[in-house]
Amino acid sequence: MTDISEFEAAITKPHVPNGEPTADEVNALVDSVSPSRLALRRFLRHRVAMAALIIFVVIALIIIFAPITTRYGEIEILPPVDGKRSFNPPSAKAWFGTDELNRDLYSRVIWGGRVSLFIGLTVALFASMIGTLVGAVAGYRGGLIDDMLMRTTDLFLAFPTLVLLLVVRNLFDQLSWLNWLVGDLKSIRFIIVLLVALSWMSVARIVRGTVLSLKEREFVEASIALGSSAPRIVVRHLIPNAIGPIIVSLTTSIVGAIVAESTLAFFGFGIDPVYKTSWGGLLGASKGQVLTGKWWLLVFPGVVFVITIMCINFIGDAFRDAFDPKQGQARR
Amino acid sequence: MTFLVFVAIRVGTDPVARYTRINARASAAKIQQYKEANGLVGTIPEQYVRWLWKFVRFDWGVSIKGRVPVWPSIKDALSNTLILGAFASVIGITVGLGIGIVASLKQYSKFDSLSSAGAFIGLSIPPYISAILLQLVFAYYFTKWFGLDKPFLPPSGVYPPGHDGSFDPVLRLKHLILPGTVVAIQTIAVYSRYMRASLLEVKNSDYLRTARAKGISETRVIVRHALRNALIPIVTVAAIDMGAIIGGLIITERIFEYKGMGDFFLTAFTNGDFPQLMPWMVLVVASLILFNLIADITYAFLDPRIRL
Repeated sequence: MTDISEFEAAITKPHVPNGEPTADEVNALVDSVSPSRLALRRFLRHRVAMAALIIFVVIALIIIFAPITTRYGEIEILPPVDGKRSFNPPSAKAWFGTDELNRDLYSRVIWGGRVSLFIGLTVALFASMIGTLVGAVAGYRGGLIDDMLMRTTDLFLAFPTLVLLLVVRNLFDQLSWLNWLVGDLKSIRFIIVLLVALSWMSVARIVRGTVLSLKEREFVEASIALGSSAPRIVVRHLIPNAIGPIIVSLTTSIVGAIVAESTLAFFGFGIDPVYKTSWGGLLGASKGQVLTGKWWLLVFPGVVFVITIMCINFIGDAFRDAFDPKQGQARR
Repeated sequence: MTFLVFVAIRVGTDPVARYTRINARASAAKIQQYKEANGLVGTIPEQYVRWLWKFVRFDWGVSIKGRVPVWPSIKDALSNTLILGAFASVIGITVGLGIGIVASLKQYSKFDSLSSAGAFIGLSIPPYISAILLQLVFAYYFTKWFGLDKPFLPPSGVYPPGHDGSFDPVLRLKHLILPGTVVAIQTIAVYSRYMRASLLEVKNSDYLRTARAKGISETRVIVRHALRNALIPIVTVAAIDMGAIIGGLIITERIFEYKGMGDFFLTAFTNGDFPQLMPWMVLVVASLILFNLIADITYAFLDPRIRL
């Protein structure tokens, strides 16, 4: 204990020349030594991001508790209103109006959010795990793995995203030996595998870059000198130290996956719309209908979608500033 | 690289299956004839070599569906996309740069925070939402409010249906406005952020202080010293974006039924029409690579510190 209190005294002395420092002051100073604590504090101080986080949590809670918060089932068809069997505008019975089969749009936005958010989070999680591992190994080892990674990503970057998604989607569907993994063409699983397969590479590139600079640092050298094996260095030293960029790319992957899924669903290449829907599917359904003035089909899912995307974007931005304050200043 | 794409498309799409589905009672001889007509005989590498040989001799063949020659239709699509892309980029980049310049010159002002918020919203709205929103407002509501008998701004197409095919600049422009705006919104958002960041960086540099110390007027400092240097990274980004335009407006073109490269791709793709898909891929990838090269060269040219 004595050495810690000496240390405290040493760092507080210049600031408090007279009298003993209070316990709070000492704690504050000792706390700020940890970089992750520092990052967390910077994140919490980011007002816009906190607002975004709160809104996002509210949306997420509403979506998680869909059985309570929705008013009708996902594919439940409402009785006709004033004899109209489809496209009823917003009313007390259906807050957001109804669609072509007279299904309640309010409930469907929430049910669709389940699919969209689930896909977004799962894809981001898997993509980050695979990308982190491959990127760290490629960055640390270099050589063949590294070259292969960079050439593959270069190849995939040469195509527009949507083109890539569609071509690889067809490819996955036709390759029978991939069936055990991808499942049915119009299932959620298929979309997740497809998006993971195309999005882990950007994470891998980011992690690789970070690891390339980290591996020259002294603590890696020290670890090598202590006789650590390569897997231990990667898992215990390199990945934890690259956690900032990894978390930031996680949030970007969530947005990327949600938007990619919506784009596919929008053009009818998504999950089977008969049983399930996603935000993209709902937006796609509004495509031809707005020209006859059915504004609710676009406005309600669109607003929820954009707010969610913006919230995640803001949160990711705050993470970036929190983990890398220097870069944040330059951008501001 | 073209080989990989060829394999991916050939494995991913199966025109024969489509043919047998549509013509369920086709005889084996008929199927064989169909295969031969579309270059589907032999192993995939064989098919590839045959395709490549034809491709380099500019014999791009005919589409499987409708038997339309590929080159004229891809040429039309290309010119339509280039017009839309140029229209949207010119507006988007000029407005975006303007906003970025003003925002960074008046950092932390109301305009600055307002434009930043706007850029964030613009970046978070996917093109399909803004596209349909514009259709709703301009093609439906304006028509209703002003009591017009036809849409205030046409919601789709390059020309109205039944147009005789002659060139009509006014009609053309009207059809460009909505899709152009969708693309321009994104461009404005991106470029205003770039410009602001780039100019802010230059503003704190030593050579600007030197320029001021020499007693040059503030306008001259900004225009001659700050802007010229801040624009260097933007020019390269713009060059890369130009390359992406040719294949990158798929969503917008599809919603507005604008007959460009993106619409061409989606139609060909849904038809599994690989005689159309392959040249499309080659063109898109070639333009991306070419403009990346141009970006590198201009960067080296504008900034003498960079050596290629």
